Amino acid sequence: MLILRYAFILVVLLFLAAPLVVIFGVSVNEPKQLLFPPEGFSLRWYAELFQASDWLNALRNSVVIALGASTIAVSIALPLALYVWKKQSKMAQALFGLGVAPFLLPPVISALGFMIFWITVGFYGQIYATIISHGVFLVTLPLVTISLGLEAIDRQLIEASRTMGADDKTVFRTVIFPLARPYMISGFAFVFVLSLNEYIIAYMVAGFTAETLPIKIFNSLRYGYTPVMASVAVFFVLTAIVVFGSIARFGDLPRLLGAERARR
Amino acid sequence: MTTLTARLKDHRGPAYPLVMLVVFFVVPFVIMLSVSFFSRDEGAFFQPAFELSNYARFISPFFGKVLLTSLTFSAAAAIISVSVAVPFTYFVTRMRARWQSVMLVFLLSVLSLSEVIIGFAWSTLLSKTAGIGNLLVAIGLMEISQSFTPSLGALLLGLTYLGFPYAVLVLYPALSRLDPEIPEAARMLGASPIRSFVNVVMPMMRNTITGALILVFVFTLGAYLLPQVLGRPQHWTLSVHITDQAIFQSNLPFAAAMAIFLMLVSLALVGISTLLGRART
Repeated sequence: MLILRYAFILVVLLFLAAPLVVIFGVSVNEPKQLLFPPEGFSLRWYAELFQASDWLNALRNSVVIALGASTIAVSIALPLALYVWKKQSKMAQALFGLGVAPFLLPPVISALGFMIFWITVGFYGQIYATIISHGVFLVTLPLVTISLGLEAIDRQLIEASRTMGADDKTVFRTVIFPLARPYMISGFAFVFVLSLNEYIIAYMVAGFTAETLPIKIFNSLRYGYTPVMASVAVFFVLTAIVVFGSIARFGDLPRLLGAERARR
Repeated sequence: MTTLTARLKDHRGPAYPLVMLVVFFVVPFVIMLSVSFFSRDEGAFFQPAFELSNYARFISPFFGKVLLTSLTFSAAAAIISVSVAVPFTYFVTRMRARWQSVMLVFLLSVLSLSEVIIGFAWSTLLSKTAGIGNLLVAIGLMEISQSFTPSLGALLLGLTYLGFPYAVLVLYPALSRLDPEIPEAARMLGASPIRSFVNVVMPMMRNTITGALILVFVFTLGAYLLPQVLGRPQHWTLSVHITDQAIFQSNLPFAAAMAIFLMLVSLALVGISTLLGRART
């Protein structure tokens, strides 16, 4: 029975890993062809990502958008989560629902909404439009992580600091903020990785002027194959593993994803 | 006096998040809704008007078929990924904390992959020169390598791959909170492991499983790139047509009408399933 269980887990992991293994293989090909198993071993397609001006430009756009979007998302999520945590009112719940809504609809719908909005206000095609759209669309993630962090704060701590004469600002600065900080960082990291990978909103809001890496990959995919696409994909996978791996290393990932108790 | 202003301040709510969400999320939806009644203007995207022709246009056999295709694919992807995810997540929650973290890091990394990369990776894996065709030739199951993409099977694999990590993450909290003594009690009373899982664990998880099915369904309904990369033109879903109309046919009013329609369909399905779930319990 145990063997069956491990065989099942292994098959699922293989299904999840197989495409990643293959793109890693084709990314180190010596010739400019789609071959697996790879012929020879070369890292020049990785060098090209950081050297060829068009790929470098897309990389720069992607990173700028992801950093801006994470900052905006956390800046919206923190006061909202604090408000919901302090008040358990209907208004607070409605606001929380509004913050979660963007994530619950097929993204293509929000993407079209953003596109029409930016056309109407005249910022269609601007990189700022993509940054704000991503920040608002992905606000759900820091909202959920920060709320989880606030829930974990022992309210007696706040009572204690109040009785010792701390005002609201001091309580926030010395008690709430330090305890919520790891959850803000995780929320920031989630938005960063998802924004880096996001395609449809970036494409519909400013796809032709602020080309991001996913857009560049898809455009290249239409006009033929270059191994740089594979090296970008591997770069994305590694970024995600490093970011989520650090969250798991320095924080409690199972709890962040909703487990109440994990086995030690 | 100070208490009154303080109380007023209390009820005001957080101004900055509210403004941001209303201006950049609610307003775009309202504009999109109005544009869906506008008329098309080749030069300036759209013309203010009130007409129902955009909605009337997809009451046609062609778009009926497109909608049916989209719904069928998403339903299939949801059922496949959730039925694999339920036992998989259950096993993951029984692992040690350290291994759970490793699994979660891997799943989150897969989840964060953009559709572009998933599409590219699967089309490579199923290709003639770099795919499993080579593997099948190597172990002697095939004479010469061939390509498995584009095809319906490839598209369904891609959609399942897209939805699977989401299914696991929805199931994970509930399954990890499940008291391990419950399935153990069933085992003590003589149920086989499979029976205790199917007859004890699954019914307890019914609402969560429904939730996972809906989430994967709605999420894959939004897939716009996989159908283009892994499928054939007849496999194009409503989402592909929405992007196509918006960008390449520059018919924003029609795209908006389709998006509103897709939203209503997803909301209706979510509503129906929630009602059904509530009626059963």
